Amino acid sequence: MAAAAQEAIHEHDHHEESFVSKYIFSYDHKTIGKQFLIAAIFMGLVGMMLSVFFRIQLAWPGESSDFLNMFLGDRWAPDGILNQDMYLGLVTIHGTIMVFFVLTGGLSGTFSNVLIPLQLGARDMASGFINMMSAWLFNISSVIMLVSLFVESGPAMSGWTVYPPLSALPQAVSGSGLGMTLWLISLTIFIASSLIGSLNYITTIINLRTTGMKMTRMPLTIWAFLVTAIVGVLAFPVLLSAALLLFMDRVLGTSFYLSEIIVGGEMLDNVGGSPILYQHLFWFLGHPEVYIVLLPALGISSEVISTNARKPIFGYRAMIGSLLAIGFLSFIVWAHHMFVSGMDPFLGSVFVFTTLLIAIPSAVKVFNYLTTLWKGSIVFTPAMLFAIGLVSTFISGGVTGIILADSALDIQVHDTYFVVAHFHVVMGLSAIFGMFAGVYHWFPKMFGRMMNNRLGYAHFWTTIVSGYGVFLPMHFVGIGGTPRRYYDNSIFDTFNPTAGEMILDLNIIITVFAIIGAFGQVFFFFNFFYSIFRGPKAPLNPWRSNTLEWTTPTAVPGHGNWPGELPVVHRWPYDYSKPGADEDFIPQTVPLKEGEEEH
Amino acid sequence: MGNKLVIILVIIFGVLAIAQLVRVSELTAKATKRKEEEIPENENKFNGNMMIIFMIALYASFIWLMLKYGYVDLGPAASAHGQEIDWLFDLNWIIIITVFFLTNTLLFVFAYKYQRKEGVKAFYYAHNNKLEMVWTVIPAAVLSVIIIFGLQTWNETTAKAGSEYEDIEIFAYQFAWTARYSGMNNQLGKFDYKLTTAENPYGIMTKDNIERSLALMKVGEPGNSGVEMIEAQLNDRSVAMSSKDRKALETELGRKERMSRLLEAMSITYDADSLDPLAFDDVIVEDSLVLLKGQKYNFHFRSKDVIHSAYFPHFRAQMNTVPGLTTYFKFQPIYSTDDMKRKLNNPEFEYALLCNKICGGSHYKMKMSIKVLEPKEYLEWQKTKSTYEGTPWITGNEDKLLEYYESIANRVKEN
Repeated sequence: MAAAAQEAIHEHDHHEESFVSKYIFSYDHKTIGKQFLIAAIFMGLVGMMLSVFFRIQLAWPGESSDFLNMFLGDRWAPDGILNQDMYLGLVTIHGTIMVFFVLTGGLSGTFSNVLIPLQLGARDMASGFINMMSAWLFNISSVIMLVSLFVESGPAMSGWTVYPPLSALPQAVSGSGLGMTLWLISLTIFIASSLIGSLNYITTIINLRTTGMKMTRMPLTIWAFLVTAIVGVLAFPVLLSAALLLFMDRVLGTSFYLSEIIVGGEMLDNVGGSPILYQHLFWFLGHPEVYIVLLPALGISSEVISTNARKPIFGYRAMIGSLLAIGFLSFIVWAHHMFVSGMDPFLGSVFVFTTLLIAIPSAVKVFNYLTTLWKGSIVFTPAMLFAIGLVSTFISGGVTGIILADSALDIQVHDTYFVVAHFHVVMGLSAIFGMFAGVYHWFPKMFGRMMNNRLGYAHFWTTIVSGYGVFLPMHFVGIGGTPRRYYDNSIFDTFNPTAGEMILDLNIIITVFAIIGAFGQVFFFFNFFYSIFRGPKAPLNPWRSNTLEWTTPTAVPGHGNWPGELPVVHRWPYDYSKPGADEDFIPQTVPLKEGEEEH
Repeated sequence: MGNKLVIILVIIFGVLAIAQLVRVSELTAKATKRKEEEIPENENKFNGNMMIIFMIALYASFIWLMLKYGYVDLGPAASAHGQEIDWLFDLNWIIIITVFFLTNTLLFVFAYKYQRKEGVKAFYYAHNNKLEMVWTVIPAAVLSVIIIFGLQTWNETTAKAGSEYEDIEIFAYQFAWTARYSGMNNQLGKFDYKLTTAENPYGIMTKDNIERSLALMKVGEPGNSGVEMIEAQLNDRSVAMSSKDRKALETELGRKERMSRLLEAMSITYDADSLDPLAFDDVIVEDSLVLLKGQKYNFHFRSKDVIHSAYFPHFRAQMNTVPGLTTYFKFQPIYSTDDMKRKLNNPEFEYALLCNKICGGSHYKMKMSIKVLEPKEYLEWQKTKSTYEGTPWITGNEDKLLEYYESIANRVKEN
């Protein structure tokens, strides 16, 4: 049935295409994936630049910098000194862009689109039109978010979590005016994009698997995308409602989150609302969001590690089980962000328990990766390097989560740089490493050309060195009790100058590595754009991989992916170095030999 | 301008340099017929070796950071529950460092050791239920220990304060803190945000304050119009007013009318006897929070505008201050400021209360200094303060009070 329907789609789409329908308003999942990727690379560049701006302020507070003046102008960096309100704006938009636009839209949007139909043996997504809508809503929301950087009163300045009342009251901070309105509009459109995208992924995975592609034969990438999409569909609507109520508090004078407030000398008549309600709604998405970001990266690294270790992924079913467990648990841990919010402490203890449970499936994943490497025959492609980097940062960032999940310890480190370091390692670095692994690995499939390996190595080693260089010292800044979102830490000089000096020392180390890391990305940007046009032509299956996307007859699959019949699947995707086989890989399309066990 | 040019030039030359490198690598690839998808032996080896080098560098820098910046001069916990938290932190820290070193070592060593070698085929090893069971059960067991210890400390730390605790209200607003001591009766006066005026910035409820606020809301004063004044303004036909201004004024009128009705209700509900005794003996302190060593304190937190967070890093204590909701945190300071100066060998040391929730542009400046004093000094300080009513804080026998304070401070030494 499904196959017949796909043939019909395929026939229907067989016509000459104009530039616009091919590259701009394309229904083709590969083009849409690339659109997501390029938009995300651009947003990533912006997000990274913003972080360099505020890192400069933290390392050399109050010192004039032409660089800041050049980008921020006299409005926000008069005499080259960053404005304290804009500092908060930069932090807020950096967080928003990185979490939503790069690591959600960029990571899941790119690879779900490119890989789901190709790895399942489908002609395209279930609905090409909805898919295009998703990409364009993403672009629109990106543009609105960028525009918000340029409004006169500044962008949103209440942190990426935009807690009311701060985000609801323009009297409290200038960014809560038009900047915040644009932030909410952008996020609303982003959520719409993410929701319809996710529905499409789920529908495609359930309905459009080719003959023989049982659920238990799907690559772990697809499993990860499936769980991510389900989590997204269940979590994002709650953020939408949170944003909507915030919008109403701001515009219509409702009191969902506001109560008994006097701000800027004005006594507000809002009574009965609760700012904590917003926190519950926000983190009901906010925590699953961490896994929306992370799971696709873990899926990608599973695939890349297995291929390049030339070994089956260890514990395939346990890997699926842990994905499902993480996906489920991610919904019942949100209040660990709120241990000191004024929430009932008993409720806190429940969330300690559920949060620490999540460490178990995470540990299973790590050990399974390690066992996959054990006795492998590892080829260090740039993708493999990033996948190994991901495992390392997943461990290093994961373990500090144990301290934060323990409510008694969270009292001390809550909202300090310890938290900042923790989530940047476990979700920032890990997820971006997963994204880079994916780009290097599937670049030949997306663009039909190879990226340069040596630039890839240089990119990886500068990135991991500067990544740890930034975030390892940051843990100690946090353990020293430095609150986050401080424009500068000069306040320490008024009560403990020695501590103030140490914090400044560490901040200089961090900023230097951040700048090195930012320059390290030039290797990537150059390699990426150069190779699109000038890279050597890619062979059909460059990494000698098993999954279906490498069985297309052209390096970049045409519309409909396979010109004739769709491939038929006979085995799981991880038959690497199987004893008795001639080659060290057996594509999924190769039938089982007589007497051969599946796995 | 000159610097901008340099920056631009550096970027341009950087890109050109990479382009040249790529050209060279392409030409050599062509000359040696190397294909990009086939990783040559020397490159694979290079990355394999780098794994070990990187691991050593990572560990070395981690250990260096630990030794040099371990506690960033925060000092030992200066509160009773904080000592428990530090012990728990150390326990967790040991566990996670062990895991960090163990698993990262396995990762990098495996990556190095099992790099591709001529003639060695990877080992086909798809699963092993026993092994997977082992690494499900071991983390689960370790986590159970962490959870049990963690919740024990959490429950003790957050348990309701008993009657031996002294109540202090911490009031947060952009961008400062104020403390209100509960005074001789150890009961804080009631408050209501609607009573906030220039004379009563913390909205404390006394009969007088209610009446004054009500009058202000009903009639108003120059610069702060009440209902009657706004009505008069709206009805004044001699003044031309734009429709926008009129609309704004009408909105304000509506708001003030609602407010004055609420205040009226308040005025009827409360009489002086039920409010004034609670509030009159309270002591408001705006410059710094002064605590008695060994006294157990139950802090009530209140916010005027947005969410702040009262962060006492040296006492391992933190609680958000939420507009419209009173929150609580209790602790017992066990080292006086002088004790801590000695322990840290730092004569400039002071305790501090910092804001730890983004609250606006000057968030980073929102601090109140804290002094923990020995009994004698504390009593001296108390004698300089007067109550909300304007009478001296300390009435009665000072010697007896000092004796009592000393018994409190000595409790700490016995521990």
